[in-house]
Amino acid sequence: MSTVLTAVIVLFLLAAVFGIVLGYASVRFKVEGNPIVDQIDAILPQTQCGQCGYPGCRPYAEAIAGGDAINKCPPGGQSTIDALADLLDVEAVPLDAEHGEEKPRSVAYIREDECIGCTKCIQACPVDAILGAAKQMHTVITSECTGCDLCVEPCPVDCIDMIPIETTPNTWKWPEPPSPMQLIATDRGRGEAAAEAH
Amino acid sequence: MALIRLSSPHVYKANSTANVMRLVLIATLPGILAMTFFFGWGTLIQIALACTLALAFEAAVLKLRKRPPGFFLSDGSALVTAILLAVAIPPFSAWWVTATGIFFAIVIAKHLYGGLGNNPFNPAMVAYALLLVSFPVEMTRWTSPMTQHGGGWEIAGFIDTLQVIFGSVDAGFYDSFTGATPLDVLKHRGGLTTEELWRQSDVLTNGVGAWYAVSAAWFMGGIFLLSRKIFTWHTPLSMLVALFLTASAFYGFDPDNYVNPVVHLSVGATMLGAFFIATDPVTSATSNKGKMVFGALLGVLIYVIRTWGNYPDAVAFAVLLMNLCAPFIDQYTQPRTYGHNRANRGMKGKNQ
Amino acid sequence: MSKVFSFHGGIHPPGNKKRSTRAPIGKAPLPKTLMIPMQQHIGGPADPIVKVGDTVLKGQLIAEPISRISASIHAPTSGKVVDIAAYPIPHASGLSEECIVIEADGEDRWIEHQGLGDYTRLKRVDLIEHIRGCGIAGMGGAGFPTDVKLHLSEDHIVNTLIINAAECEPYITADDMLMRERAHEVLGGIEIIAHLLRPSHVLIGIEDNKPNAIHALESVLKHTELNIDMVVVPTKYPSGGERQLIKLLTDIEVPSGRIPADIGIVCQNVGTTAAIYRAVHFGEPLISRIVTVTGDAVLHPRNLETLIGTPFSTLLEACDLRPGALSKLVMGGPMMGVTVENDQIPVIKTTNCLIAATAQEMPEAPPAQACIRCGMCEQACPAELLPQQLYWFAKGREFDKAKHHNLFDCIECGACAYVCPSSIPLVQYYRYAKSEIRTEQRDQQKADHARLRFEARQARLEREAAEKEARRKARAEEAAKAQQQKTAAKDDTSVEQASAATAEPDLKQLKTAAAVARTKLKKAQKAYDEAAASNADNLAELEAALNDARSKANEAEKALTAGAPAATEGGDDNLKQLKVAAAVARTKLKKAQDALKNAEEKGLDGVDKLRTTVATLEQKANEAQQAFEQAGKATTPAVPEEKPAEVDIKALKQQVSIMRTKLKKAESALEGCEDETEKARLQVEADELKQRFEQATAEFDKAEQVLIERAANSGIDLKQLRIDAAMARAAVTKGERSLSKAESDDERSQIEQDLVAARAKAEELNLTLSQYE
Repeated sequence: MSTVLTAVIVLFLLAAVFGIVLGYASVRFKVEGNPIVDQIDAILPQTQCGQCGYPGCRPYAEAIAGGDAINKCPPGGQSTIDALADLLDVEAVPLDAEHGEEKPRSVAYIREDECIGCTKCIQACPVDAILGAAKQMHTVITSECTGCDLCVEPCPVDCIDMIPIETTPNTWKWPEPPSPMQLIATDRGRGEAAAEAH
Repeated sequence: MALIRLSSPHVYKANSTANVMRLVLIATLPGILAMTFFFGWGTLIQIALACTLALAFEAAVLKLRKRPPGFFLSDGSALVTAILLAVAIPPFSAWWVTATGIFFAIVIAKHLYGGLGNNPFNPAMVAYALLLVSFPVEMTRWTSPMTQHGGGWEIAGFIDTLQVIFGSVDAGFYDSFTGATPLDVLKHRGGLTTEELWRQSDVLTNGVGAWYAVSAAWFMGGIFLLSRKIFTWHTPLSMLVALFLTASAFYGFDPDNYVNPVVHLSVGATMLGAFFIATDPVTSATSNKGKMVFGALLGVLIYVIRTWGNYPDAVAFAVLLMNLCAPFIDQYTQPRTYGHNRANRGMKGKNQ
Repeated sequence: MSKVFSFHGGIHPPGNKKRSTRAPIGKAPLPKTLMIPMQQHIGGPADPIVKVGDTVLKGQLIAEPISRISASIHAPTSGKVVDIAAYPIPHASGLSEECIVIEADGEDRWIEHQGLGDYTRLKRVDLIEHIRGCGIAGMGGAGFPTDVKLHLSEDHIVNTLIINAAECEPYITADDMLMRERAHEVLGGIEIIAHLLRPSHVLIGIEDNKPNAIHALESVLKHTELNIDMVVVPTKYPSGGERQLIKLLTDIEVPSGRIPADIGIVCQNVGTTAAIYRAVHFGEPLISRIVTVTGDAVLHPRNLETLIGTPFSTLLEACDLRPGALSKLVMGGPMMGVTVENDQIPVIKTTNCLIAATAQEMPEAPPAQACIRCGMCEQACPAELLPQQLYWFAKGREFDKAKHHNLFDCIECGACAYVCPSSIPLVQYYRYAKSEIRTEQRDQQKADHARLRFEARQARLEREAAEKEARRKARAEEAAKAQQQKTAAKDDTSVEQASAATAEPDLKQLKTAAAVARTKLKKAQKAYDEAAASNADNLAELEAALNDARSKANEAEKALTAGAPAATEGGDDNLKQLKVAAAVARTKLKKAQDALKNAEEKGLDGVDKLRTTVATLEQKANEAQQAFEQAGKATTPAVPEEKPAEVDIKALKQQVSIMRTKLKKAESALEGCEDETEKARLQVEADELKQRFEQATAEFDKAEQVLIERAANSGIDLKQLRIDAAMARAAVTKGERSLSKAESDDERSQIEQDLVAARAKAEELNLTLSQYE
């Protein structure tokens, strides 16, 4: 009987100690905010385009943290999905075509002589990258434009074009070397395969 | 004008994996010759058998994996594996022992892990360890070297050897040509001191010379590879030094119960291991520092397993254990990069 | 001679240098058109200052640098600018960039130019400015603008100047030939640089495969006073790499991510020194350079003094290209050079070599095999990296790990790929990984920037919405309050009267009650808001509670405001006293009256006496009552005109009623009296009372009449009064709002005081108004 009592008491004490430690830790090491949302938000491309169905990248980040799919971001494309999959330790899935396709990065361009100065695009721009006033011509600050194309729709005279950003020697990327497995498909066509790959 | 755009460099050293493997094969010749001389045709027959089987298995697996067999067979890595296994097993081993070993080496230890370059363990040693554990009797009955039979005895003839390997085994004949290896004798001493063993054992008094000669042959091959810069001196030297120092320490402490360090260096698979197995780049450490650590630990491990383990020789087990450690050693032995005060250590975490 | 140290790794590729050193430096033919790219090096591009159609002279400035790290560009020959547009440039990408295209007129006419003479007398800044003006950029590798390096002595202590004459890449002999033939120019350039940087010693690093150049340099070095050491280093690629050469000559490593100047070392290429010499002594800008044209596909490999902008095809023709033999055209050396896709690409300031290779000479790299981790790359790496690890990481897109393994310390020398037995294009993997990482960083920066802007915009929109909402709420509140006060005004009067008639409400108590009610309301509001935000189920319940709390708070507030004026007006004590006095007088009167009645009934003697007492008491009671009432009226001074009239009327009314009572009493007493004399006297008295009553009634009627008249007259005033009241109310709400907004305590207390005053005023006006409505 006494052993049973001892065991109960010991377990009780242990439970109490651990409870205190855990309680203390939860207070002492309390994490402010929701860092996972911040981490997700940091991965998202911040175009604020809303193609995911949320009004901006942060809300989508919150939604992902809440369990939403990670493949709803066309501007980020596969690399963003991979990064999210890596962060959240889930399987990388292909982009959900429902939300759009991965397109090359582009910037909005206003055909300025056609602009009537309605300010509708200015209101639509999520990053305040359009400059102008009522009845005045508007223009896009190219360096601030995220290429979300949210300004294209509201324009009553359709004077906004999305122009893909051209690769310059400064922004050019070295391509990934062709994988050896692609290169050597068969013994016979080895040379040709290598030549084609380049 | 259509010119091709490529990343530099545009010239390459005339060097290829096949070349490396060819040199390794050449370097095994002295050892093979010495073994044939002292232990008979068995070694050559085993090599021929192993090479044929290895190429066949490799081709079959490559076909299964939908890879062009011609391209990959030509790198010669299967032959190297086959030869290393063939010289490691007793020359009189039955054909099915060799076949099992080669199958395991090529199919399981190499291709199931992704083929050349991706195998974590040395395929030949995996196979050897498997055979040793599965067929302990066959694997520890080594052919008695020629020198052991005094002047009058000859080594087994070619046809006889073929019969032993492929045909029915005549127990008497088999026994007359096989015996324990020096390491085996030293292990199962039955209460005798080392000195008494040396005086009493025929294997040691007469047979050990053959083993010394074979080791010397492997050493020569190793020096040849070293001179051709196929590998660096780090692994073999650190392994031999570590083995020698460990053995010396124990021998100096108690010469009656421990074996002479020179014997440790020159019997068994020490030289073969140091120059042909531990230096296998795929499964050993990467940096020079790492290779030193790898070799040194390997040397100590060989001594430990030989002295206190269940099996007489230990190279295979020690190599496999060290193969396990190689990635870990790599993490902590990264070289100090130019312009950096100290080397990176460990692996950067995902979220750091 | 200085000691030579060594660096890790390195390779010994076949040199192939001899073939192009047989002939002396020739002069490349003048091409018909020259294309001069605006960006020929790292840093910013230059900005064209000529227009299409302009005629330019040789050496004329045609493009200006637009940033600090950028170089001027000059016309290489005289002619006409025919186009300024994007053309393919010598870059690994094969992309196009802005170029100025000059059609040569064949005259090759120089613009007027002259040297600086004795440059040592010039200010150093001016000398550097001159060099910058001549567009000198590094002629070895990256083409770093030279003037930037020459400024280094301003914020760095430069103690070693290293002249890079190693030229370690196979095939290239441009520097070799330059030193052989123009050693004095090289030395002259070194002297100028040494003058600018004032190093304690100068080292020339040269590989031992250039004995002729070493000899030529040695012979001119005899004539200099400078402390110059020529260090012959063993031939090993890449000893000409800046960092490797520094290690070779000084045994110092340039820390990762830093520049050599940080450790007191500046490196200059020999070609650059010669260009500086020509710029300073002859005023010639950098418009030409020596290019090695070599390779098996040309019959006569040699070095050519070539104008910047000359298409490669011109050079190849000049060296007799074997038709059909060309398979690969490499700009630069075989180890680090760039393959170009067409031969119309122009020579730029960094083009030191052009290799026209045949298919046998530079065969297609064999297909890559699996990495067997042989470690040969690691043995060859001059940066002491783990190339195979980097390869695994780059291949697996594990760029973080690649960075951790110092990917960015890779100098892309190609030694690893050269030795790789599996023919893996290692350098391309590193370049791929590097550009991926850089793009990622750029994207990340852009994303962060966009996030900031988005958040700023969100904040702005929210602020604007909040302001709008606040304005809307304020308006709604005001309307509601006005409505409420309209209805409450009527109640207020009754409350006021009640409070005046009954005991005085305790102001403090009321205040506390009001405060408690307010807090409760706030709490309820908060709970409700929270619940609304979280969509709780008990929303309706909370709403009810909230309404309850709100009405309670309103009540308390009302009671407080009702009590407040009476209390705050002062004269509180007097009023009470008077009241008490009046009450006492009334009691006394009643007692006396009772006594009188008793006496009269019993026909006692003291009746007369009692009667007089009653009369005096009556008078006194009246007086007290009157005084009390007057005092009561006096406490509301906001209505000074109307008040007296009202007071009179009330007093009169009361008097009338008293008279009536007295008369009735007297009459009843008269009826009950049996004694004749007594009866007569009572009769007289009753008559008298009757008279007085009638008088009082008349007076009351008169006063009432006056009041009505006056009220009718003050119709306009009433309107005014209403407006005043509304304004006062507005002032109160305004005060309340500013109170809620006020932040500092001082400010708040000030506003609170104002608010109390405003509230009182509003209450008064309301009260006044209610008297008329």
